Amino acid sequence: MPGTSSHPVYWEHYPHEADMGVRGFGATPEQAFEQAALALTAIVTDPDSVRPQQRVAVACTAPDAGLLLVDWLNAIIYEMATRHMLFRRFEVHLAEGRMHGAAWGERVDAARHQPAVEPKGATYTSLAVRRLEDGSWLAQCVVDV
Amino acid sequence: MDAAGLQRLSDYAWQLPARGAMRVPAIIFADAALLAAMDDKVREQAANVAMLPGIVHASYAMPDAHWGYGFPIGGVAAFDPEEGGVVSAGGVGFDISCGVRCLLTGLKAAEIMPLQARLADALYAAIPAGVGSTGTLRLDAAEMQAMLAGGARWAVQRGYGEAADLERIEEGGRMAGAEPDAVSEHARRRQRDEMGTLGSGNHYLEVQRVAEVCDPHIAAVYGLALDDVVVSIHCGSRGLGHQIGTEFLREMAVAAAGHHITLPDRELACAPIDSVIGQRYLGAMRAAVNCALANRQMLTHLTRRVFAQIFLHARLPLLYDVSHNTCKVEEHEVDGRRRRLYVHRKGATRAFGPGHPDLPPALRAVGQPVLIGGSMGTASYVLAGSERGMRLAYGSACHGAGRAMSRHEATRRWHGRAVVDELAARGILIRSPSLRGVAEEAPHAYKNVSAVVEVADRAGLARKVARLAPLVCIKG
Repeated sequence: MPGTSSHPVYWEHYPHEADMGVRGFGATPEQAFEQAALALTAIVTDPDSVRPQQRVAVACTAPDAGLLLVDWLNAIIYEMATRHMLFRRFEVHLAEGRMHGAAWGERVDAARHQPAVEPKGATYTSLAVRRLEDGSWLAQCVVDV
Repeated sequence: MDAAGLQRLSDYAWQLPARGAMRVPAIIFADAALLAAMDDKVREQAANVAMLPGIVHASYAMPDAHWGYGFPIGGVAAFDPEEGGVVSAGGVGFDISCGVRCLLTGLKAAEIMPLQARLADALYAAIPAGVGSTGTLRLDAAEMQAMLAGGARWAVQRGYGEAADLERIEEGGRMAGAEPDAVSEHARRRQRDEMGTLGSGNHYLEVQRVAEVCDPHIAAVYGLALDDVVVSIHCGSRGLGHQIGTEFLREMAVAAAGHHITLPDRELACAPIDSVIGQRYLGAMRAAVNCALANRQMLTHLTRRVFAQIFLHARLPLLYDVSHNTCKVEEHEVDGRRRRLYVHRKGATRAFGPGHPDLPPALRAVGQPVLIGGSMGTASYVLAGSERGMRLAYGSACHGAGRAMSRHEATRRWHGRAVVDELAARGILIRSPSLRGVAEEAPHAYKNVSAVVEVADRAGLARKVARLAPLVCIKG
């Protein structure tokens, strides 16, 4: 059954003893990737506190969907670190081991965002990109913080 | 963790015998209580490490071991290049050479307490801490190259600290064999604004009081006496190390099959030591070690400046600087034979015993200072490397308390403001840009560091020297 618009689109964190797991759900793998990135932002701050003012383009290529998810999240971590930005909106397009997309956000404001911790890198621990029984998609991995 | 299937080697050591694809056993250092509290994943991950090619003798987990990624945090393993041994980017981790250094101040607690708040505010103003913070120094391409090759020696040459600091740093302040050219442009770019910054999460700068002296002789050699004030700095190689870890983890994971390595967990990404990628990683990883040593040296300089403004005659000599996430070439005696091994310590401290030639003359008789960080409301410890520890786990000991719960759970239980107020009522001043960050690092989110240190001492990994209690904590 193909993913449909009736499938819920959301993110969540899941526990890891030292670090934090990010998990995105959606009707499509693209939405699951976008939600996983939102979960990444939520490690640092409340995503609702971030203004989507500036667009940053991202593109990755990887031999499988799992590596592609890690590459995508690591690309966002890189942009967060080097631009001192936080992101609130994401757009992902996937095609045959390639992805291109964008993130919208703003520069970190310590007083307003109260950033808790900086993500160091997305890991392969509990890495999964898969279709669930109801046809919706899940994308997850543990992030080192 | 269930002890079923583990052989009890002593009151403080448990062995999981080699079976299946394991080449060697896994040995976990813990008492019954710590073992029971350990996540089952520690056992699984220690067993996975035991499957890697060229591993020597055993895969070890220290008393603070917890669920990591690939290796357990608190994992130690040594590999022999002559037996097809590997170097693992996953076995070092993202925060390459994350570590702790401890500065003596020559001050007593009674001298600083009247000025405690002023000191806290001045340190907080001087030390860039937290997400998005930047240092004042921008390195051009040539200086970045020099820093990556020179480590803390580079920092001292540029006026950050004193030449006397260097012998109190592992590797004399400069990791040999660094290959700056193996460090990518992305990694350099990520470091551009981050020299001399503390970072976030569990990284901190603490002013501490010696609350207990456990071994008066070694404490005297280290220059520690009751009620002395010291400063401990916990941070790593910042964005540069994170990026190197990210890039080589991926490259090694993809290349593993080509090296005929079956990875039990992709996060254990590794390559033969003598392979092109293995050598390139070692060069880049060593450059990241130098970045971490330079960074801690710069933070030391900033700290000394603050102390000099408030306490005119204070000098802050370095007691020692240890690194937690590394792969180092060391000689160890295994089954009666000296062997040159690539020792991985992931969330574990090198703890060389008395007489080791790599220790500075002033410390050689008593062993290397082993600096164990606790949580911001509890205690930290200074231990000393022991003769026995050299034989137990390649001269390694624990590195901290280890988390007792996830960050999410901590923020559910505590509010940052309440944690700050509660600690202030106990005489501990917290300064942090993020109250949420403080909640995630609340003292009870960590295991009892004293229990971990007690087991490390009794197991013989390292000897307990002094307990440190926090007075001021700058939290990233």
